[in-house]
Amino acid sequence: MLNDLRQTARQLLADKKVDVVIGYGQADPAGPAYPVFITRPEDTEQLVFNDRCYNNLTTFLTRKEIRAMGRAAVLVKGCDAKSVVVLAVESQIDRQSVVVIGMACNGVGQPSLAKCRTCDVHMPRHTDMVIGQAADHAIEAKDRYAELAEMMSKSASERLAYWGQELSRCVKCYACRQVCPMCYCERCVADKNQPQVIKTSATTMGNLAWQINRAFHLASRCVGCDECTRACPAGINLRLLNLMLAQATEEQFDYRPGMDKDAQPVLGCFSVKDKECFIK
Amino acid sequence: MSETQTKHDFEPKIVAYVCNWCTYLGADLAGTNRLEYPPNIRILRLPCTGRIDFNLIVKAYEMGADAVLVSGCHPGDCHYTSGNYHARRRWMLFRVLLEGIGFDMRRVHFTWISAAEAKKFQEVVIDITEQTRALGPYGDFRKLLEAPVC
Repeated sequence: MLNDLRQTARQLLADKKVDVVIGYGQADPAGPAYPVFITRPEDTEQLVFNDRCYNNLTTFLTRKEIRAMGRAAVLVKGCDAKSVVVLAVESQIDRQSVVVIGMACNGVGQPSLAKCRTCDVHMPRHTDMVIGQAADHAIEAKDRYAELAEMMSKSASERLAYWGQELSRCVKCYACRQVCPMCYCERCVADKNQPQVIKTSATTMGNLAWQINRAFHLASRCVGCDECTRACPAGINLRLLNLMLAQATEEQFDYRPGMDKDAQPVLGCFSVKDKECFIK
Repeated sequence: MSETQTKHDFEPKIVAYVCNWCTYLGADLAGTNRLEYPPNIRILRLPCTGRIDFNLIVKAYEMGADAVLVSGCHPGDCHYTSGNYHARRRWMLFRVLLEGIGFDMRRVHFTWISAAEAKKFQEVVIDITEQTRALGPYGDFRKLLEAPVC
């Protein structure tokens, strides 16, 4: 599998099909892998792929610095492949000019991350090629959202208190935003100060407003790669916020972002038959 | 103000985000018709319900609102053809997020009020004010606001 990957990357660079291969490198086999940007065929030996390859590398596709490097090939796991689909649907990348190398993945992390335990895309979809083999098994919707169901069994005041407690640790480093492949706005609403929508100081209220903003800007777009949760230095379980909206999107619109490359984005369209039982 | 008005211990602050073309004119008509409604409501006029950013709703609570009303044209009546349909879809999801975070959903109201429905506007405002008064100040949220910075 690793040889296939290096061979493919070498070939792509040697044939000048791409200018840069975005992949994973690793200095210490016990430590986490990190993103590498390979521009010369002889450097492809640096590429690795194993259960320490956490990063969702598609986040680099929309970065100016990477765009300046020319045509890119990017390594994706099953979950990351979904963000390529969303980026293409939202016209952020020209899908034809990016080579997407899918890596069969049996889950990352030791023990496996929460997302991997309910993953049904071990084999990446909508990629240009897939390297390796992995078995996919269907996951029932209720299992995907089991973690959320546990939290929703608490009362509203308890939930608000929980988030108040959790978000009081947030230092507003915006790592959750920087690492997110779907947060590609050149100017974020959180950085605007005329008018200031979200308080910049790290008060509990400002943190809550920021997280509501972040979660809702990802409503029906978040592919659930959980990079925000991994990147959070305060260890806040941001995954739960994303799950709330993912579940609602699946229940109400039968839509899972990044699964179907031809489906209309939920908040980009409407139906006159949308339910309005909550509107008087 | 009628003389029969009773004094209350708690006057709720209610923020209403309304669209320029329907609900705002409905409120205007309520005024011209001398329909009386509680002064607890603060009306903020926006071009369309499609323009009502969810951040505004959060902001209202942040600034001490006890309840929020969001109101616009009935489906099919939007001045910009489809702004309210887009808004409706957004609220469908936004409500879920608010509920998940633990907002008191009895304090967020959505209505359609047309430019002719002055009576409905009056009823909605009376209804929301009474409901919110019964609920009392939004204490859970105040606690968050006053939480110390770590």
